[in-house]
Amino acid sequence: MNANPLVILFYLAALIAIVASIKVVTRNNTVHALLYLVISLVAVAVCFYLMGAPFAAGLEVIVYAGAILVLFVFAIMLFGLRQDETRLAPKNTGFSVWLGPCVLALCLLAELVYVLQHDGIQAQLSATVVDSKQVGILLYGPYLLAVEIASFLLLAGLIAGFHFAKPREQGGDL
Amino acid sequence: MTTIPLMHVLILASTLFGIGFVGVIVRKNALFMLMSLEVMLNATGVAFIGAGATWQQADGQVMFILILTLAAAEVAVGLALLICLQNKHQTLDVDVLSRLKG
Repeated sequence: MNANPLVILFYLAALIAIVASIKVVTRNNTVHALLYLVISLVAVAVCFYLMGAPFAAGLEVIVYAGAILVLFVFAIMLFGLRQDETRLAPKNTGFSVWLGPCVLALCLLAELVYVLQHDGIQAQLSATVVDSKQVGILLYGPYLLAVEIASFLLLAGLIAGFHFAKPREQGGDL
Repeated sequence: MTTIPLMHVLILASTLFGIGFVGVIVRKNALFMLMSLEVMLNATGVAFIGAGATWQQADGQVMFILILTLAAAEVAVGLALLICLQNKHQTLDVDVLSRLKG
């Protein structure tokens, strides 16, 4: 068994990610599942940081846990609270609902603080890091065509969102 | 050479992918299917980052950024579709929505 603290911390973050993902799939309430989805994405971001990809970890938090989750929250607000599965969920709401995500998030916070203040782990990480400069050189060099295709994909998403959001009189319904 | 073995990263990625896949197959609510798709896309990102960290190349992170773009576009279109379906049929149950076919 490897006693390297970096590897052990990686296993802990991976375990939190797997537990949170299982909770996402098994919850009945959409908001509770969304809370666990945030925890899962942040745990994966910690895994990325420990693998020596801090740029990817930052993007994971900003884009996934920031932008995409906000989209989900807005969609759930638009769906209204009378969801089919929410109505069938047990009524024992209160302490136990937010306790699980809070405990997992505190575990991740403690892990991150430990990694940031531990000199040995920091030296180990800085030896293996792939920084954002290399990513940028590669992204706008050999992968330029892929970036263009990705921009077309985002444009298609924008146009589709605009089309579905139009009022129904103008032919916006399905 | 990174200290985390690639095999364990791939085990994490395949476990997350399996959880997301089971979620897509089992759940009846289309919103939960979309969330499970997010977990699956995230798992592929883990595999790419792990491979890139093992060989100390930035290609893995480039592929992760492209997957991130794909996930953002997919969620925008998917949620817009779901809001349209909810407004028209008042449900997100895929069994009920299967009346749309034919």
